[in-house]
Amino acid sequence: TLLSSSGRCYLYMKTIERAAFPRRLWERVLLSRNYEKALEEIDENLIYWPRFIRHKCKQRFTKITQYLIRIRKLTLKRQRKLVPLRRKIERREKRREEKALIAAQLDNAIEKELLERLKQDTYGDIYNFPIHAFDKALQQQDTESESESDAEKEDDEEEDTDRREFVEADDSDLSDFEDMDKLETSEEELEEEEEVEKKVSHSRSKGKTPLKGPARSKRPYVKIEYEEETEPATKTKAT
Amino acid sequence: AGVGPQGSATEHGAPPAPERVLFPPTFSVSEIKNKQRRHFMFLRWKQQQRKEKLAAKKKRRKEREALGDKAPPKPIPKTIENQRIYDETTVDPNDEEVAFDEATDEFAPYFNRQTVPKILITTSDRPRGRTVRFCEQLSTVIPNSHVYYRRGLALKKIIPQCIARDFTDLIVINEDRKIPNGLVLSHLPEGPTAHFRMSSVRLRKEIKRTGKEPTEHIPEVILNNFTTRLGHSVGRMLASLFPHDPQFIGRQVATFHNQRDYIFFRFHRYIFKSEKKVGIQELGPRFTLKLRSLQKGTFDSMFGEYEWIHKRREMDTSRRKFHL
Repeated sequence: TLLSSSGRCYLYMKTIERAAFPRRLWERVLLSRNYEKALEEIDENLIYWPRFIRHKCKQRFTKITQYLIRIRKLTLKRQRKLVPLRRKIERREKRREEKALIAAQLDNAIEKELLERLKQDTYGDIYNFPIHAFDKALQQQDTESESESDAEKEDDEEEDTDRREFVEADDSDLSDFEDMDKLETSEEELEEEEEVEKKVSHSRSKGKTPLKGPARSKRPYVKIEYEEETEPATKTKAT
Repeated sequence: AGVGPQGSATEHGAPPAPERVLFPPTFSVSEIKNKQRRHFMFLRWKQQQRKEKLAAKKKRRKEREALGDKAPPKPIPKTIENQRIYDETTVDPNDEEVAFDEATDEFAPYFNRQTVPKILITTSDRPRGRTVRFCEQLSTVIPNSHVYYRRGLALKKIIPQCIARDFTDLIVINEDRKIPNGLVLSHLPEGPTAHFRMSSVRLRKEIKRTGKEPTEHIPEVILNNFTTRLGHSVGRMLASLFPHDPQFIGRQVATFHNQRDYIFFRFHRYIFKSEKKVGIQELGPRFTLKLRSLQKGTFDSMFGEYEWIHKRREMDTSRRKFHL
């Protein structure tokens, strides 16, 4: 037979005369590195052996040399290091991750952070919610200035809607938040386009509830017009 | 004590015969040899405990109502975050040394807006479908990023090429059994390399109720809960992936939230419905990372100098000690 150890091939031969001495049973011959020379060496060593055995030995030798070549080629490339998983540790990590996720309350944290940033004015002038300032004003000056602040509110709301599309929908009938989101984004796009074309003084109320007080009287017909225009579009987008 | 076992079967906690000195004979429930009876006694004991607890609660509530305003404040429940072992390297917001360090470390040019990040995303050999899709989605989330497939190229050879082509960061997503499970984030011009273990990756279509695709606007970045020095450096590394000036028109936000050493990544679109209310809608992939090691130079598994490795034996012993 043929065996290979540490990259070299050896031919092992067994003869019946030595069957009594198991230690000396196998005789070992080192084969040369050259493929053809090694084949010749096998031939001359196994010279009186049956043809079948010789053939088989040579086949085995071929196989061994081929896989040795392959090993040498692979070790030159990057090897993939297999690191065994530890089941207990995996389970523990998974469990801890789930608990951490629950403890994290990601949505709340993100919302809080965004509101913080809004308060600290990192967004600058994009979002103007004058109501905020007026809430503070209301708290400071008690009941007397309510009418004044109302008037101011309306004024500012007019400006607000003149410039931008964000008007607080106080009691919005939309219960489903996603639809509202899609409505918002699609409305924004529409409104942005339209606002570019048409000029300022057209106001638009996004919420289903009309604006407060005397402001209503100025704009109902305009409002109806635009609502009809935009609503079918938004409806198709929302559905 | 000899009366104990039989006495328990018949009467529950019966007082001893008066001539005994022992008072009272507390037989513990675990001394009964019979399993059925033991179980029964244990259930009875448990019921009694529950009743006592309920009674105590009621009493306390009555007291609190009776006192009204003068009642002592409610005790705060203990959470793991409350009980966390204090880490000496926790960063104080006003710490000068830390501020000085951060002004001179490798991310300083980024934070001074001198460099714009350019990211290369790649995978390990032969990525499977999920990993490929995840890479694509990740590249839509991170602006100015490119995905390249690696067909057997060695990382050490890629890195000089990347530096030559002006990339600032390299992300390698390692894959195992068709799912991505590791992330190597390396800041290229001689920056630190962080090796994370990635878990629970959800692609965009697996997230329920997701919105539309993320647009090309630069998102904002939120980094939560990175308290220690190590956490700070990791946080800065993650923040340097995104360009520094977010476009608020896009209304997108990428969040890295650290909780008990797990970093959760989410990508949302937000809308301010009013002053006090904001709505968020999740779009984009989500995954969680756990830091395994932080190396000082670029990726080098053999000769690199490790700034921090997770050593399981030492670091996982206490349940209340976290490193990030």
